[in-house]
Amino acid sequence: MSTSRSSAHRPSRVGPATGRQAGPLDVDALIDDPGTGIIVCCGSGGVGKTTTSAALALRAAERGRRVVVLTIDPARRLAQSMGIEELDNTPRPVVGVEGTGSLDAMMLDMKRTFDEVVLSQASPEKAKQILANPFYIALSSSFAGTQEYMAMEKLGQIHRDAQAQGTYDLIVVDTPPSRSALDFLDAPERLSSFLDGRFVRLLLTPAKGPAKLMTAGFSLITNALTRILGAQFLKDLQTFVTALDTVFGGFRQRAQQTYSLLKADGTAFLVVAAPEADALREAEYFVERLSEDDMPLAGLVVNRASPEPAGELSADEAMTAAERLRRTASASPTASLTAGLLRLHADRVRMVQRERTLRDRFATAHPQVPTVVVPALAGDVHDLGGLRTVGGLLGGTADGSTSPA
Amino acid sequence: MSDWPKVRLHVVTGKGGTGKSTVASALALALATRGRNVLLCEVEGRQGIARMFDVDPLPYQERRLTTGLPEPDGGRGVVHALHIDAESALLEYLSMYYRLGRAGKALDRFGVIEFATTIAPGVRDVLLTGKVYEAVQRNRRNKSAIEYDAVVLDAPPTGRIAQFLNVSNELAGLAKVGPIKAQSDTMMSLFRSPRTAVHLVTVLEEMPVQETADGIAELRAARLPVGGVVVNQIRPRDLDAADLAAARAGTLDRGRIESDLADGGIAVGPDLVDGLLVEAADHAERRALEDSQRAIVAGLDVPSYELPRMAGGIDLGGLYELAGLLREQGMAS
Repeated sequence: MSTSRSSAHRPSRVGPATGRQAGPLDVDALIDDPGTGIIVCCGSGGVGKTTTSAALALRAAERGRRVVVLTIDPARRLAQSMGIEELDNTPRPVVGVEGTGSLDAMMLDMKRTFDEVVLSQASPEKAKQILANPFYIALSSSFAGTQEYMAMEKLGQIHRDAQAQGTYDLIVVDTPPSRSALDFLDAPERLSSFLDGRFVRLLLTPAKGPAKLMTAGFSLITNALTRILGAQFLKDLQTFVTALDTVFGGFRQRAQQTYSLLKADGTAFLVVAAPEADALREAEYFVERLSEDDMPLAGLVVNRASPEPAGELSADEAMTAAERLRRTASASPTASLTAGLLRLHADRVRMVQRERTLRDRFATAHPQVPTVVVPALAGDVHDLGGLRTVGGLLGGTADGSTSPA
Repeated sequence: MSDWPKVRLHVVTGKGGTGKSTVASALALALATRGRNVLLCEVEGRQGIARMFDVDPLPYQERRLTTGLPEPDGGRGVVHALHIDAESALLEYLSMYYRLGRAGKALDRFGVIEFATTIAPGVRDVLLTGKVYEAVQRNRRNKSAIEYDAVVLDAPPTGRIAQFLNVSNELAGLAKVGPIKAQSDTMMSLFRSPRTAVHLVTVLEEMPVQETADGIAELRAARLPVGGVVVNQIRPRDLDAADLAAARAGTLDRGRIESDLADGGIAVGPDLVDGLLVEAADHAERRALEDSQRAIVAGLDVPSYELPRMAGGIDLGGLYELAGLLREQGMAS
């Protein structure tokens, strides 16, 4: 399952960068390029993926693209400010976007997306049967991986519609807050292996073929399962699997289509991380995985970087001076204030040094990955103004101006 | 003494990126006082414990990890670690309760184990929590196993925690009868008892605090016992309230600071003082935001504990330092 994680020795063949050492990531060039049709933001939980996706989408729209952003779980106030707090699973225009482009946004409703797939694939009668099955209900609302799969499904839908109707020329996708950034890529595979699994096949057999196909081994396990879980469990499971079987083919095909869409030229992956060891380790796994699967990596976004200290004063010098001020019991009424300022400065220098070391390690292992560093804002982002500021930081214009260069 | 004298099972959850695993580890160190055995469990397959304590990846087997934080007289307990994965837990469960033997192997061969642990919804959580339950409820019948005085669970994130612990609810509708249903009901009675506490880790930012408040409401709705809120990564408090206000207003006494710096032995240029003042203003703004979030945490009406942000990152020494702070504040004793 995790074989891809041990591949640190492989060189990364990724990204549009051609040189050995990639420079900074040019976000504006990426979003301005009409060839960029899909941007997928991925990374481990709590690194600011949702904000990054929304900020990127807004910036692209205000620079003239027709954009839709698919978010998974935005903070309530951000969702409100974008007008997407209603879960209706359809992109809605965001009010207040400046310039000639446009921005639609939607929040993914996992269960509803799943239901819609079932309804579109099965006869009304069969669909009804599936939707009422307890296994389906649990699977569609809590299966680890459903969210990832449904995000992909929705991406596929929006992409097909955009192609057919010319509604959007850029789709920005936020990925679910999973334990591992890889879950997003593994979800369709996991679903497929579930559908093709030996156990599922066996469960289907009695309903389809002659009962004698039930092997001795199989009755052994059905007996065991009945003992542990009760007969109803197995019966429900069997009904569920049988009912879903007819729509399986469609499921699998769509998952594969979306997966190949992710490999196509117009797609760009942005790996989002915080300057923390764990988040950057996840980012490394992801970069390696994208490279193995020949998926187009545009670059790394390091969010929430500590602000750079001013001046040249080192942490040690600052601490020494602070200590000296404390010990001399200076008569100055501001001595403790000044010592405090020096300690804060030392703290800031140390934070920035540690973060830089972590980024350098990443860059040494993956020199081809262009990177942009976004400093931490003082407050949370919950309106278009805040998104514009983040967009400006992503694009390298600190004032948040959106005008194309 | 400790705020949680009756608690045997400490469940530690938190939003991603808030340092939930760090806090779980520090809590385990803090709980391991003289003569006590503490078990630190992880269930998310991340090997975070191994990384944090710099040991080889943990197997599905209890391992002695390290000694606890020493008490003032030097007494210390032992912290053990366990990495729980659903597949191993299922196989162990089957052999323990059913002596399945051949059938157990058949299950594996037919892909049922994989099916049950990765796909069948809810079953995975029941298996993971089931093993935790076993470690907490262990009694003398099992002579080879250690009886733990406390178990600390590095649990799934806040958004999933109520669902994760509410196992009988997750199974409802799937397994309506049968032994696994009965067992999940027994597990629930532990998780809902005063012997369990679910602690939530947060940082003083809007979204994590909001998620903590939502998590507490969800836990209460599921009748699961809410423990404390651990506020992690707080900024240093080197300036007092008056100086912070002046820093924000830009009214700090520039001239005096400059002469203080000279007293401190620093060759002062105008850029240096400007830089420090800019840093001070930025810091003061962030501290003000922290204070507003701290007020919200105080309104949650649960005990709260604070841990500092470690500028240089967290190493093993840092974990003991955090453990000491948790003990000082009464989260453990």
